[in-house]
Amino acid sequence: MSASTPASASAPDPATAPSPAGSPDSGTAPGAAPAHHLAQINLGLLKAPLDDPSMKGFTDQLEPVNALADRSPGFVWRLIEQGGSDATGLRPFGPNTIINFSVWRDVETLWDFTYRTDHLDLLRRRRTWFERMDGVLVALWWIPAGTIPTVEEAGRKLDLVREIGPSPEAFTLRTPFPPPASHPQHA
Amino acid sequence: MDHASIDAAHAAHTLADPLRRRFYEYVAAADGDVSRGEAADALGVQRTLAAHHLDKLAEAGLLEVTRRKVNGREGPGSGRPAKLYRRADRELSLHLPPRDYELAARVLAEAVERHGAEEALHAAAREEGRRIGAAADPDAALPDLLRERGYEPEPAGGALRLRNCPFHSLARAFPPLACGLNLELLRGVLEGRGEDGARARMDPAEGRCCVTVSKNNED
Repeated sequence: MSASTPASASAPDPATAPSPAGSPDSGTAPGAAPAHHLAQINLGLLKAPLDDPSMKGFTDQLEPVNALADRSPGFVWRLIEQGGSDATGLRPFGPNTIINFSVWRDVETLWDFTYRTDHLDLLRRRRTWFERMDGVLVALWWIPAGTIPTVEEAGRKLDLVREIGPSPEAFTLRTPFPPPASHPQHA
Repeated sequence: MDHASIDAAHAAHTLADPLRRRFYEYVAAADGDVSRGEAADALGVQRTLAAHHLDKLAEAGLLEVTRRKVNGREGPGSGRPAKLYRRADRELSLHLPPRDYELAARVLAEAVERHGAEEALHAAAREEGRRIGAAADPDAALPDLLRERGYEPEPAGGALRLRNCPFHSLARAFPPLACGLNLELLRGVLEGRGEDGARARMDPAEGRCCVTVSKNNED
């Protein structure tokens, strides 16, 4: 594994403690609230510091695309640095590795935002701003609705995809798994 | 594999009838569901003949059928729901002898992604597009050329929106790669025709190609 993708996340700085960017929508839709939400983390190894002129095409899009995420159907939460407007200043996986860490209602809404909005154009041009990274850069996993995942948990999920590939415990958008069955424990 | 080949062969056989093929093309190009009457009027044939061909196309899996009451009539006496037709989402490809280019495309896409070779992919797609554009009849209208290439162009506010993605399966599995390839290909086609490639731009939305071609400057 390259130095930029440490096998496990170090204990997060207090600044990395998740702070909700929007109110989780669990429990607000009577009778229709899902028991699970989908957490996702992805890593990007920067080719240059964010304030470098070569990164302008990316940094200019940060605010509008984050705003687009925030109002997209199924958006629940994303990691935001305290006092900031995004998570680009948080580097729990290495000094040049930025993270995108969010929670969505389900795989479909995350897929639609990722690939059916202006976000797709950022992905198309990612090689302009991000180094190719060996190994796993994305992990998705189901969490109990209404909870917020931690960076250590995200690190473990990335490790899991690296070690055994996509599984119900941690997977990718290309190989998704359904949420855990939520049948009652006692009939 | 065998089933898919038989299905595709059946579909190809079904489309061999020129009139039936025109029905298929009419429904595929329509924006929404088509009734028997609409199809009959559009092709200037009797309704019973239209019904026969539309049902053959549905049997072959080329069209999907829904039943809906039209004209907002409800309740007793409003008649049976009309049979409506639309192009099936299912993909059929026929290669004789059997070939599996889609599997090859997925493996190649995975390799491009692992290697971070997107820039090379974009450059190759742009060049291929230029060859296509340059080889095409210069007098042919752009929508006709796109149609020949498997897109389904439709005018949308002066722009051309593409209703079909010719790389649909690949685009579901590798969206940034396939859409990037597609955009560069279309920019190349425009440039090969001596037009401004920047007219093609990303405009992703559900149920259509990720690229829109904006208005021609001369229009």
